[in-house]
Amino acid sequence: MNVSAAIETMVSNIDASAASYLDACVHCGQCAEACHFYENTGDVRFAPVYKLDLMRRVYKRHKDPLAGLKKLVGLVPKELTQTDLDEWSELIYDSCTLCGRCTIVCPMGIDIAGLVRKTREGMVAAGVVPEGLTGAAERALETGSPLGIKPETFRKIVAEQAEETGIAIELDKPGVDYMVILSAMEILNFYEVIGALAKIFKKAGVTWTMSTKAYEATNVGIQMGDKAVAKTLVSRVVEAAEELGVKYVVSPECGHAYSALNWEGPNLVGRSYKFQVIHILELLEQLRVEGRIPTKGKDSRRLTFHDPCQIVRRGGIVEEPRNILGQIADNFVEMSPNKEANICCGGGGGVSSNSNAEKLRLLAFGSKKRQLDEVKPDAMVTACGNCRNVMEEAIDTYEMTMPVLSITELLAEYIED
Amino acid sequence: MSFLEFVEGPLWYVAAAVFLIGALWKVVGILRLGRKADLSIPRASATAGAVRSQFLHFVPHGGFPFRTIYHLTAGYMFHIGLFLVLLFGAPHVIFAQNNIYALPWVTMPYWGFVVAAQVAFAGLILLWVRRISDPVMIKISDKDDHIGSWLTFLVMLSGCMALQESVVALRATHMLLVDMWLIYFPFSRLMHAVTFMFSRGYTGAFFGRRGIVP
Ligand code: HEM
Ligand code: HEM
Ligand code: SF4
Ligand code: SF4
Repeated sequence: MNVSAAIETMVSNIDASAASYLDACVHCGQCAEACHFYENTGDVRFAPVYKLDLMRRVYKRHKDPLAGLKKLVGLVPKELTQTDLDEWSELIYDSCTLCGRCTIVCPMGIDIAGLVRKTREGMVAAGVVPEGLTGAAERALETGSPLGIKPETFRKIVAEQAEETGIAIELDKPGVDYMVILSAMEILNFYEVIGALAKIFKKAGVTWTMSTKAYEATNVGIQMGDKAVAKTLVSRVVEAAEELGVKYVVSPECGHAYSALNWEGPNLVGRSYKFQVIHILELLEQLRVEGRIPTKGKDSRRLTFHDPCQIVRRGGIVEEPRNILGQIADNFVEMSPNKEANICCGGGGGVSSNSNAEKLRLLAFGSKKRQLDEVKPDAMVTACGNCRNVMEEAIDTYEMTMPVLSITELLAEYIED
Repeated sequence: MSFLEFVEGPLWYVAAAVFLIGALWKVVGILRLGRKADLSIPRASATAGAVRSQFLHFVPHGGFPFRTIYHLTAGYMFHIGLFLVLLFGAPHVIFAQNNIYALPWVTMPYWGFVVAAQVAFAGLILLWVRRISDPVMIKISDKDDHIGSWLTFLVMLSGCMALQESVVALRATHMLLVDMWLIYFPFSRLMHAVTFMFSRGYTGAFFGRRGIVP
């Protein structure tokens, strides 16, 4: 384990914003109230502020503008050790989904999830990353997908969807307006979304394609905190899209993929793109407002919407899914809290690919379960393949019965033929 | 030179200088670290987000006030009481006018001073009780938290004892503790009284670009 590399990386990660956060934190502990890992386990180590303790120590020892003077009188915290990194690995990777909910309760407005991400980068430098994530990264670099979905498999899945819907789906077609990418989970488990998109886009007269060089939006580099991996994976999408000359890349129903491509991507590749990124929710809403996807009938089930953290609280797409559901659902109910205060599914930020965290993830779902028990919906709609997969598994575990639906697939069902 | 003259004279100048230079050094040092330019395309204004964030975080939002009501109440009692005493307490105003700048200023009546001071006391004690009894607070608290709380507490306590403004030793004790408090400030978590603005601002700016302020 390379402890000094971890320290070096963490030091270099402390910019003015991180320094302000680490300096302003008054150890008031209110953030604990927001964290589903603390709430459902009562384990005080899972208080968000405690997860930041390595960063705090590094800041106060190395980066605090008065650290030099404080060192003279022995007022700085101890240097990090191997034991610290081992101990915090659980706090940094297993018990934080980077959901960002703790920020809304913090009197100092600290972006705790952002600091956990920066700590993860230190863990990567030291080589203390859970196997589930390093494995996913290896597969993503080798095959193009963290779940190991090869181009041949992808072609086959797309061909099946084309056959099922009777709509031709042309891969690698240059000059179209939109290039769609998908999350690994969608390709593997929820491939009906491909047919749904074909149906919606046909109705709306949208020209689109998918690339066999970059069909994956999932970016495990972002989740584990490995900028090099993140950059390679984003670059694939950027290169493929620019080669095809599309105007837009459609970010799929996947939380962190949107962060990776839209918010972090340009910073990773060091330039702005020659195309625009549009999230599928934004695109569907735009088509809906333009009247290009007339729908027929409404779903009469009691439906609710699960806000994926990275799309809503940390992505800024809040009203679009509600407007879309407004058009196709008769009996929509909000869970409480919702929108920017929503409760995470328990498996974001790489937690779902990290087998060490499996038990915790299911426990953390307890908060979501309470929300659901209050509202008692017939089905839950969401816009993230990972949330969907995580919640389906948790719903099974807790012996609840409730389908979890993709908003795109649901919309497609109500498109006028 | 009497002890009172010392703590109100030379030591006060040193303390005030450490406080001012230290806090400024700290703020400049933090801001100088800078941030990389964000190349992503903003959806909304970062500046508007930074401003909004300043106000948003005065109260936990998203259904939280009820869960964190203890901190919220005690925290506000302490801080509001303290600000009233500091900014509008007659002895403080007079001291500031004599020693810093003779700005025309309003002062609270004596009873207002006493009420504000008691509220501040109650708030700080409640926060401290929480800090030493709640399992999360025990886990996360360090020396700095306790020193900051105790020092502030002692400043307040000595201030209350000096309310008669007659016993010289008590006045001098208050002033000595004030000097110590000022010197400790830039090196400690007490700096939050300044850095909270940057902390809220950076989050507001970062997410404001994304069209949301969490
Ligand atoms: C509950 C809180 C406080 C009370 C009741 C209080 C009360 C007093 C009183 C009665 C005096 C006048 C002493 C005299 O001149 O005979 C005084 C002076 C002063 N207080 Fe406070 N104080 C409190 C908190 C603070 C705090 C928090 C600070 C600064 C951080 C502070 C700074 C000063 C200063 C600089 C003086 C002038 C000293 C002098 O002229 O002798 N006080 N305070
Ligand atoms: C002269 C100015 C200030 C002083 C002396 C001061 C002092 C303190 C002290 C001693 C504590 C620790 C209480 C504890 O043990 O929990 C504290 C906590 C806190 N302060 Fe301040 N503070 C000042 C200004 C501010 C400002 C401007 C803000 C924000 C707008 C602020 C926000 C807080 C918060 C949120 C806490 C945590 C309360 C809790 O434990 O729940 N403070 N402050
Ligand atoms: S980001 Fe979410 S999971 Fe992580 S500490 Fe904050 S509330 Fe907990
Ligand atoms: S709520 Fe914010 S200021 Fe309070 S302990 Fe948590 S991170 Fe620190």
